[in-house]
Amino acid sequence: MSTRLTKQGRLIDRSKKISFTFNGTTMQGYAGDTLASALLANDQMMMGRSFKYHRPRGVVASGAEEPNALVGLGQGNRFEPNQRATTTELFNGLTSVSQNHWPNLDFDIGAVNTALARFLPAGFYYKTFIHPKPFWKHIYEPFIRQSAGLGKAPDKDSRDADTYEHFYAFTDVLVIGGGVAGLQAARAAAQSGAKVMLIEQSAHWGGRAPVDGGTVDGQPVDKFVEQLVSELETMKNVTLRNRCMGAGVYDHGYALGYERLTDHNPGMQGPRHRLWRIRAKQIVTATGAIERPLSFAGNDVPGVMLASAMRDYLVNWGVVPGERVIIATNNDDAYRSAILLKQAGVDVLRVVDARATAGPLAEEARQLGIRVDPGKAIAKVKGGKRVKSVQLCNQDGIGGAREEVEADAVAMSGGWSPVVHLWSHCGGKLIWDEAQAHFRPDPTRPPLGADGEGFVIAAGSANGPLALGDILADADAAGKAAAKAAGHKPKRAKAPVGEASSEAPMEPVWLMPANADIQLRGKAWLDFQNDVKVSDVQLAAREGYESVEHTKRYTTLGMATDQGKLSNINGLAILANALDAEIPQVGTTTFRPPYTPISMGAIGGEARGEVFQPIRQTPMHDWHDKHGADWEPVGHWRRTYAYVRPGESVHDAVNREVKNTRDNLGLLDASTLGKLIVKGPDAGRFLDMMYTNMMSTLKVGKCRYGLMCSENGFLIDDGVVARIDEDTWLCHTTTGGAERTHGHMEEWLQTEWWDWKVYVANVTEQYAQVAVVGPNARKVLEKLGGMDVSKEALPFMEWRDGKIGDFDCRAYRISFSGELSYEIAVPASQGQAFWDALLEAGQEFGVMPYGTECLHILRAEKGFIMIGDETDGTVIPQDLGLHWALSKKKEDYLGKRAHDRSHMTDPDRWKLVGLETVDGSVLPDGAYAVGEGVNANGQRNMIGRVTSTYYSANLGRGIAMGLIKHGPDRMGEIVEFPGTDDKIYKAKIVDPIFYDKDGEKQNV
Amino acid sequence: MLILRCPCCGVDAEETELAAGGEAHLKRFGPGSSDDDFHDYLFMRENPKGVHFERWRHANGCGKWFHVARCTRTLEVFGTYSAQTTEPPQEIKDAITAKRPGWTWREFS
Repeated sequence: MSTRLTKQGRLIDRSKKISFTFNGTTMQGYAGDTLASALLANDQMMMGRSFKYHRPRGVVASGAEEPNALVGLGQGNRFEPNQRATTTELFNGLTSVSQNHWPNLDFDIGAVNTALARFLPAGFYYKTFIHPKPFWKHIYEPFIRQSAGLGKAPDKDSRDADTYEHFYAFTDVLVIGGGVAGLQAARAAAQSGAKVMLIEQSAHWGGRAPVDGGTVDGQPVDKFVEQLVSELETMKNVTLRNRCMGAGVYDHGYALGYERLTDHNPGMQGPRHRLWRIRAKQIVTATGAIERPLSFAGNDVPGVMLASAMRDYLVNWGVVPGERVIIATNNDDAYRSAILLKQAGVDVLRVVDARATAGPLAEEARQLGIRVDPGKAIAKVKGGKRVKSVQLCNQDGIGGAREEVEADAVAMSGGWSPVVHLWSHCGGKLIWDEAQAHFRPDPTRPPLGADGEGFVIAAGSANGPLALGDILADADAAGKAAAKAAGHKPKRAKAPVGEASSEAPMEPVWLMPANADIQLRGKAWLDFQNDVKVSDVQLAAREGYESVEHTKRYTTLGMATDQGKLSNINGLAILANALDAEIPQVGTTTFRPPYTPISMGAIGGEARGEVFQPIRQTPMHDWHDKHGADWEPVGHWRRTYAYVRPGESVHDAVNREVKNTRDNLGLLDASTLGKLIVKGPDAGRFLDMMYTNMMSTLKVGKCRYGLMCSENGFLIDDGVVARIDEDTWLCHTTTGGAERTHGHMEEWLQTEWWDWKVYVANVTEQYAQVAVVGPNARKVLEKLGGMDVSKEALPFMEWRDGKIGDFDCRAYRISFSGELSYEIAVPASQGQAFWDALLEAGQEFGVMPYGTECLHILRAEKGFIMIGDETDGTVIPQDLGLHWALSKKKEDYLGKRAHDRSHMTDPDRWKLVGLETVDGSVLPDGAYAVGEGVNANGQRNMIGRVTSTYYSANLGRGIAMGLIKHGPDRMGEIVEFPGTDDKIYKAKIVDPIFYDKDGEKQNV
Repeated sequence: MLILRCPCCGVDAEETELAAGGEAHLKRFGPGSSDDDFHDYLFMRENPKGVHFERWRHANGCGKWFHVARCTRTLEVFGTYSAQTTEPPQEIKDAITAKRPGWTWREFS
């Protein structure tokens, strides 16, 4: 059984007991435990089941690389699936549940898959579910859906109860990893005066060194770490953050840090996670190394663990995973685990060492009475939910002549791989180190910064060296080099001297035993989480998967949430072997950020709910809100769709507004319309290029409706342009189009006609603008008094400055409704007062505010187009019958040349018409018109589509506009529009002006 | 996440402050031009692996357009310069030659 010793455990505080639950059972741990160490202390070796075969799985590692011990943490709106027990710090009241099983962890129906493993090989889904075709929908897909997904998704109706934030940081040197290498690199860099930020993913400084032992400058390494941290804490130019993982390294020195602030103590105030967005001149990756598993049959049985992890559980948390342990290794480091376990009173039965000879650590182990078997291997681990016995054999061979030994835990070590992820994220290249049998960063090919020079330096075991002395020397050099590259002068201080037991060379072992037969290979796991075995990779190679990237996707090797931290090197070694190629030729798959999964909350930061996106409000926004506004988003603006009165539906309100505006008096808040001032000696010439119409000839005091096209000829915006004085024009744009159109003008002014003297200013928010619309519009303005708004003094399509009531204003006599209409701009600060004055004075004239839907219906009744409805980026003015707005006199304007291209002059282009349903109903928006014949896919040919469609209360019927092939030539024809409701709508092609064709209502 | 120095305001701007504006030094063809010239002006772009010239706008900053000479393979930036020019200035060309001897791009080298 796994148990807690009465002594040991450098990270736990035995005076502080902590109570938590696992699958509903209450257990006890200590402050400083991880969930994994606490579960092991409670003899809970089995922590979950695997994804594909639902095999029982126990914890295999002690840190971020853990593939098996994934749990669902928390409850309700704080539930999170797939959390690693090894990196979850224990706290009082923690609740956890295991994953991938039904009905429970011990008894699981899905485990039948493991019996079917022979029939579920690599690429099983691709191969099996192809035939017969009808089986896909009814049998295969439901089966796959039911078994898909790792862990349980949080309840879809609950919202994350925690808050998150982003921090921005700028530093000379960012050091990622707070082990001895990171600490020393940070010190070496900081001593130069450089600004240094050091981040460490765990809660503790020093990394593995305090567990692995050794001395630095003659004192124990844990004392050295303690002193180093205190020294760094006193340096003003150093920022230290623990529980902060380096998640990714990106272009030009950008890096992400993922800080977990309250996960270890959920009662704490403040945000739960913080995403650091860091810009560093230089980055030192001191990310350490990860031990590789060995590939032998049954290496996934709960109780089989990395040798280093077993050492961690013992030294850090005083936990031993078994009473009778067998250790398998190909290197000297695993002997450290053997020695410590033996000293802690565990029965270390055997160290099976695949090599013929071992170093001084093996001798030390022998002297403690541990039996060391050179040249031996594990043939197979037996046991279901727990290791029961281990069969041993010769490493050279196929696994015959086995000796069976009863044991309850196995430690394995296949050598160490540097954590090269952060080095590689942004293009750092790797080289294969024959001696250590691992990939390490190639210092001659680092990720390149904006200056073309490397900006990442790997340090310590992340760079290859594995002995304490080499690690410290390497880290010291890295810190100094980073400071120098960041423009600081490093001190000539000597690097601290580290010493640890010397080690004999490791020997690569990719399979145990070397020529294991298929029975053994079919139970030798590479990827524990995704259930990929040695035999699967070999099968992929036989089937022709030569690229490591293809093999990865075919077998799913390394595609689990751990991204193959344990499995990748072993897997590609097996692949190389099967292909009879060298490992460096096969290469690695791409390392992509984040290093381990980070929370969606951290990525979102503060941007959620109301602050997800800023909302633009007009000066009258609050009034609208108090008077029943049904809000509609238009760009970033909020506009009133309709003012809904008590007892009314939205549709009722729209109909009331439509009728009242035509019969009496309507007010529209038009403040959102874009207003651009274009000024300068060349402004007229410039606007002649921007608009299809001639704007330079417009007289001061007059207005003109203008169209804007892109250089491709497509309509991009429209609006009324007013000439203010000799060199000043005011251009109205669509709501939400002001910034885009301003940018469009600036682009041409800055990059094409930069010698033209023109300024453009966006004054959209400086004015509140109210459209006063309807037969009584003039009456209400005259009642307020002030400027002359008569037909003679202010004719249609002109503007005047003056006073209305007490308000300084500019009145434009323009109309988007076909009614007598004034659009009146006042300073934004006066908007609400002006609105109030109009409402009060308008009482006797039947005033009602109206919203955007009424605006749309009024303009559609008049056949006026709307950018974004009648246009979609593929429509040209000629399609909409707007030839009159295309100047024939001008030599050039944006879009003019494009309108001559053959596709633009094609007589078959769809053209604007009005559409009237035969039965008076409303056409579905966006419906397509179908014509004769079918296309190559057997679908009916399309001949047009609906662009705007409304119920017109004034006409008592549905009206619509649409683009129809040869439309204007087909007046009176009936066209069919199949709806998505299986009905066929029939509509007659008519003139797009439905109401007051002669424009008599606005001409008063 | 590139960093580009805006030659107008001098700020080392992060990519989130900037808006990409496609290939630099396009020659505009208007009314009267041939179909081929106009087509190429609208649609044909270099898309090189290596030295490239681009337009960027300091959109969330001073608002000005500028030119960038950079390497699409290594993301190295050779220099930024004014938008008000029809060809890269000599010092930019020299900076590229120092790092990428023998480079060519359209008619420039």
